[in-house]
Amino acid sequence: MAEFSCHAALRLSFILFNYFCLNFFYSASSKASTKEMERIDNLFYSYGNRSSSMIDPEGIEALCSDMEIDHTDVRILMLAWKMKAEKQGYFTLEWRQGLKALRADTVSKLKKALPELEKEVRRASSFVDFYSYAFRYCLTEEKQKSIDIESICQLLDLVLGSQFRAQVDYFIDYLKTQSDYKVINMDQWMGFYRYCNEISFPDHKNYDPELAWPLILDNFVEWMRAKQAAQN
Amino acid sequence: MDIIFNVFYRLTKDRFFFNYFSSQKGKKLRYSCSIIESGCCLIQVLPSLREKHDEFMLRELVKRWSNHKVMVRWLSRFFHYLDRYFIARRSLPPLNEVGLICFREQVYMELNGKVRDAVISLIDQEREGEQIDRALLKNVLDIFVEIGMTHMDYYENDFEEAMLKDTAAYYSRKASNWILEDSCPDYMLKAEECLRWEKDRVSHYLHSSSEPKLLEKVQHELLSVYASQLLEKEHSGCHALLRDDKVEDLSRMFRLFSKIPKGLDPVSSIFKQHVTAEGTALVKQAEDAASNKKADKRDTVGLQEQVFVRKVIELHDKYLAYVNNCFQNHTLFHKALKEAFEVFCNKGVAGSSSAELLATFCDNILKKGGSEKLSDEAIEETLEKVVKLLAYISDKDLFAEFYRKKLARRLLFDKSANDDHERSILTKLKQQCGGQFTSKMEGMVTDLTLARENQTSFEEYLSNNSQANPGIDLTVTVLTTGFWPSYKSFDLNLPAEMVRCVEVFKEFYQTKTKHRKLTWIYSLGTCNLIGKFEPKTMELIVTTYQASALLLFNAADRLSYSEIMTQLNLTDDDVVRLLHSLSCAKYKILNKEPNTKTISPTDYFEFNSKFTDKMRRIKIPLPPVDEKKKVIEDVDKDRRYAIDASIVRIMKSRKVLGHQQLVMECVEQLGRMFKPDFKAIKKRIEDLITRDYLERDKDNPNLFRYLA
Repeated sequence: MAEFSCHAALRLSFILFNYFCLNFFYSASSKASTKEMERIDNLFYSYGNRSSSMIDPEGIEALCSDMEIDHTDVRILMLAWKMKAEKQGYFTLEWRQGLKALRADTVSKLKKALPELEKEVRRASSFVDFYSYAFRYCLTEEKQKSIDIESICQLLDLVLGSQFRAQVDYFIDYLKTQSDYKVINMDQWMGFYRYCNEISFPDHKNYDPELAWPLILDNFVEWMRAKQAAQN
Repeated sequence: MDIIFNVFYRLTKDRFFFNYFSSQKGKKLRYSCSIIESGCCLIQVLPSLREKHDEFMLRELVKRWSNHKVMVRWLSRFFHYLDRYFIARRSLPPLNEVGLICFREQVYMELNGKVRDAVISLIDQEREGEQIDRALLKNVLDIFVEIGMTHMDYYENDFEEAMLKDTAAYYSRKASNWILEDSCPDYMLKAEECLRWEKDRVSHYLHSSSEPKLLEKVQHELLSVYASQLLEKEHSGCHALLRDDKVEDLSRMFRLFSKIPKGLDPVSSIFKQHVTAEGTALVKQAEDAASNKKADKRDTVGLQEQVFVRKVIELHDKYLAYVNNCFQNHTLFHKALKEAFEVFCNKGVAGSSSAELLATFCDNILKKGGSEKLSDEAIEETLEKVVKLLAYISDKDLFAEFYRKKLARRLLFDKSANDDHERSILTKLKQQCGGQFTSKMEGMVTDLTLARENQTSFEEYLSNNSQANPGIDLTVTVLTTGFWPSYKSFDLNLPAEMVRCVEVFKEFYQTKTKHRKLTWIYSLGTCNLIGKFEPKTMELIVTTYQASALLLFNAADRLSYSEIMTQLNLTDDDVVRLLHSLSCAKYKILNKEPNTKTISPTDYFEFNSKFTDKMRRIKIPLPPVDEKKKVIEDVDKDRRYAIDASIVRIMKSRKVLGHQQLVMECVEQLGRMFKPDFKAIKKRIEDLITRDYLERDKDNPNLFRYLA
C-alpha cells in the first residue's frame, strides 16, 4: 500500500474498492447452488484472482472502466458499503451477497442497479450508516482511529458535497487553515454530519457551544462568525 | 348605687329567700342582675362619657372603668355563694365576666371608635415631640386588652390595626420628605432614632405583642420603600460612605438593613462593586507604572509588581476589617469580598499573572537581601496575608510551579534568609491548600537538610581516603527527582579537574547506596576560581558553565566562538549567554574581538590579563534564562493530565453522564487547584473519545458513556 498512499486522490480510489472477506466458512462451503450465484462468481473471477479469491486494485479499476464510471465516483463507495466491505485494498467473495441483493450478475446489470443503490443510500435511515461506514473504511492501519485532514477533506467532499455544499466548502476551508488538528476522529466526523443536519446555516443561530459539540466544531463556528463579522 | 347594693345585700342575706330563688326562679334572678348592672352603666357612665372629648373623655373612661371593675369585684364578692354554687351548677357565665360583658356591650361598643381615634392622635402628638400622659394611654389601652378577657381580638381589631395603619401613613409621609431633603447618613440617623422611639413607645404603653408589627411597619416605610434610593444617593449613598471610609455610618447601615428582608443584598452588592473598583484601579495603576518603567529601565521590573502586591494586601486588610466590624462578620459580606478579590486578583499585571506576582513577592520576602526589610513578626504576618490572598487566585497550580522554581533558587544558591520562615509559609500553604499542594516543596526543603548531612559524610570519606581527594573542595547537593522543577541536563564537557571531582563523588555515593542514578545538573553549579591577573590575584565566583569556559583559556590564549562551543559542547543560546557575561557585562574577564556589545558566532576571545577591580573577590552573575514560558508550558501539561484524570474518575463512577454535568463536576473537582477552561475540558473529552475511554451515546449526542 505504501506506493499508493503518496497520492491522496489515487489512494482514495483504492480505498473505495478494497474488499475483503473474513467469512472463511462461507467461502469454503459455498457451492453456488443457483445459476445466479454461479454467474456472480464468474463475474467476480473475471476481475479477481482465483488463487487468492480477491479482486486486487487493478481488477477494481478494470471493473470501473467497464461500468464506465470514474473510480472516484461516490457510487463506488456506496457499492462497497452495500457489500459491507471491511477493509480497503481488495474485494473478496463477500461480494456475492451484495450483488445478490442488487440482483446483478453482469456488469451491465450492476451498472443499472447503481441508481437504485444511490436512492437507498440517500434515504436518511441508511445514510448515517453509510456516512460512518465511509470513515471506518478509510482506517487502513491496525488500531488506527483517526484520519488525516487531507483525506478527510476529500472524503467530506465526496460523501456530503452534494447534500451540504456550502457547509462542506467552509469546513474544508477551515480545516485547511487551522493548525490545532492534524487528524479527525470518528466522533468529530459524525459530529459534523449532525451539525449539517441540525444547525441553521450560515447564521448558526441555534448553535450552542455549551452543548456537547466536539470542540473542533466550536472552533469552526467561531471561525465562521469571525469571518462573517469581518465581511460586514 | 346604694339601692342596688341593698337589694343584693338583702337577697343574699336571706338564705331561705335565696334558696327559694335559686331553685325556682334562678334564671329570673340572674336576669335581674344583668338588668341592674347594665342599668347602672347606662345611666351613669355613658352620659358622662358622651359629654367629654379627647383626652378628657379618655380620663373619664379610665375612671369609669376602674369604678366598674371595683363594682364588679364587689358584686362577685357579695354573690360569692351564688357564684360558686348556683352559677357553677347551671354552667352560666361567672358574675365578673358578666360584668365585663356588660361594660363591653353597653359602653365599649359605642365608644371604642372614638377612644381609638383619641389615642392615635395622642400618639401622633407624641411623635411630633409633644409631651403626653403616657400613663393615661397605658390605662386606656389596658381596657382594650382586658375587655377581651383572655383574647386579644379587641385590642388587635379595634385598636392595633388602625394604629399600625396610621403609623405607616405617618412614616410614609415623613420618609417621602426626608429622602428628598436629607443625606443618607442623616436619613439613617433619623430612621434609627424613630425605630428606637417606637420601641420605647411599646414598652411604655402599647401591648408588647405590638412591637414586631409596629417595627416592621416603620422599617418598611422608612427603609424598604426607599432602600435603593437611599443606598444610591449620589453624594452620600453607600458608595460615598465606602469611598470616604464612614465606618460608623456603614455600621448603622448594616444594622438598619439587616432588619428588613433581603435588605443586605443591595448593600453587599454595592460593597462588592466598590472593592472590585478599588482593586481594578490598583491593577491599572500597576499596569501604567510597569509600562512607564519599561521604557527607561528593564532591570527594576518587579519592584512595581512588588508594590502592587503590597497594596492589594493593604486593600484586603482594610476591607476585611470592614466586614468584621461594620458588617458584623456577616456571610453575605464575606462572600462579596471574596468575589470582588477574585475579579481583580486574577487579572495579572503587565503580562505577569497574579500567581507569578505572588510567588515573586514571597521570594522577595524570603530571600537574602530582598527589597523588603522586615522584622520576623512582620514577615510572618505578611506571609500569612499572602497565603490568604492566594485563596482568591484560581491558578493555584501556576503559583505552586512559580513558587517551586523560586524556592529551588533560594535553596540551591543559599539565598534563603531564614529556614524557619520557609517552613512556616509551607505550613500555612499546607493548611489552606492541602498536603498535596506542598508535598513537593516540603520534599525540597528536606532534601537540602539531607544534602548537608550527606556533605559531612562525604568530607569524612575524603579524609579517610586521602588518595581519593581530588584536591578541590567539592560540595554536592543530591536532590530527589520529582520534588524539584525539571532542569535540562546537558553533556557539558567539564574541565579535567572537575571530571575528577565528579568521579570521586560517584565512588563515594556508590558506597552509600546502590541502585541510584545520579544525574548531574551543571547549570545549577557554582565555582570559586582564583584568577591570576597582572595587577593582582582575585577570586571569581562564577557558575560551572562560566568556569568551564574560563578554564579553556588555561590551554589557549585565544579561542573562537565555535572552538569554545565545540569544546564545551553547549548550545548556541548557552554559549552566547555565558560569553556575554564574561566579555560584555560589568566584568570583562575576556577580551572580545571585535569589541562590541553583542556576541556573534564569528567573534574571537582572549584572556584579559589586565583585568582588575577594587574588590578582591567578585561575583560574576550569569543572568538566568527566562523560565516563565517553560513554567507556563509545564503547568499546561500538568493541567491536561489533571483534566483527563478528573474526567475518567467522574465517568468511572457515573458510567453515563450528560456533557454539561460532566463539565460542571470536572470544574468542581479541579477548582481547588485551577479553573479549567471549558474549551480545555472539551478538548480533553475529544481526546478521551479518540483513546476509547469515552463514547458518545448513539441516540443522545449530549450524553457520554464510560468505556471500561
